[in-house]
Amino acid sequence: MTDLRSAPLPPLQSDDHVRGPDGAPLVIEYADFECHFCRLAHVRLGEVPVRRVFRHFPVRSKHPRAWAAATAAEAAALQGRFWEMHDSLYADQGRLDDPHLWRRAEELRLDVERFDRDRRSDAVLERVRHDFRAGVRAGVATTPTLFVDGTPHAGAPSPELLARLRRSGG
Amino acid sequence: MTIEAGSPAPDFRLATEDRGAFTREDLLGQTTVLVFYPFAFSPVCTDQFGVYQELLDEFEAQGARLYGVSCDANWSQKAFRESLGVTIPMLSDFEPKGEACRAFGVYHPGGFPQRALVIVDPDGVVRWSYQAANPAELPGANLIFDGLAAARPVA
Repeated sequence: MTDLRSAPLPPLQSDDHVRGPDGAPLVIEYADFECHFCRLAHVRLGEVPVRRVFRHFPVRSKHPRAWAAATAAEAAALQGRFWEMHDSLYADQGRLDDPHLWRRAEELRLDVERFDRDRRSDAVLERVRHDFRAGVRAGVATTPTLFVDGTPHAGAPSPELLARLRRSGG
Repeated sequence: MTIEAGSPAPDFRLATEDRGAFTREDLLGQTTVLVFYPFAFSPVCTDQFGVYQELLDEFEAQGARLYGVSCDANWSQKAFRESLGVTIPMLSDFEPKGEACRAFGVYHPGGFPQRALVIVDPDGVVRWSYQAANPAELPGANLIFDGLAAARPVA
């Protein structure tokens, strides 16, 4: 039986997707590529000097292509292009069908056959599931949820949170 | 105050989506998780049920059945459930309004259920309950799994 009882937020891990300067305030983000508020969070966080960690939290009842998009990003990660795929997905959330995902992979000059195999693989599915379960255990109940200094902030970041990040980022 | 662990579930009557009755009898023989929520279509409920839906297999593996409970009419609950794309059955406390919610101690003076979770064991005894600090706080699925673990008989 999978243990889904409450557990602390996992700290930054070696297999996490991270970007942003060392020493900047750390924001751990649980998000879904088909979620519009997640896109808003992505845009707003792009305007402040933070170190971002992306973790998957796809909810298929509301977002039928969220899992497909999450596994596409993980498959791109196996070719070293996670953030490029991440940005591509958020740049156009209206095109998440398979042909659109192949097109994105082509544009990022990925090996498309490998990409397609990888995104359906057990390892990639398990990677997404792993993030989702850890999020559930840490109490994530909505997307996006941003953790700053261990405190969860549900929804797109507020102007107050952004101002705080800007101040602590110097 | 939300009904406490150890109390027998009260007598109550809720209406199912097809306007049948769901009563204390229906709790017997299964582990039931009642998810009380303030209103159909209030923006925050959305993700709560979506996340629970994503974990339905896990709840099933632990022998637990979930139901959403609010004071909305059956039709509103059905439309709400369909708009969320979830299959978790909804139970209506529309008439007499809030009576079941009062019996479980989750009725808010504003005329709606508090955001609360109640786990009832197959013998009809409440084993665990939780009430969110305010209606805007979404109880994560982790809390239900904590509750199910606490509710399981010690071997």
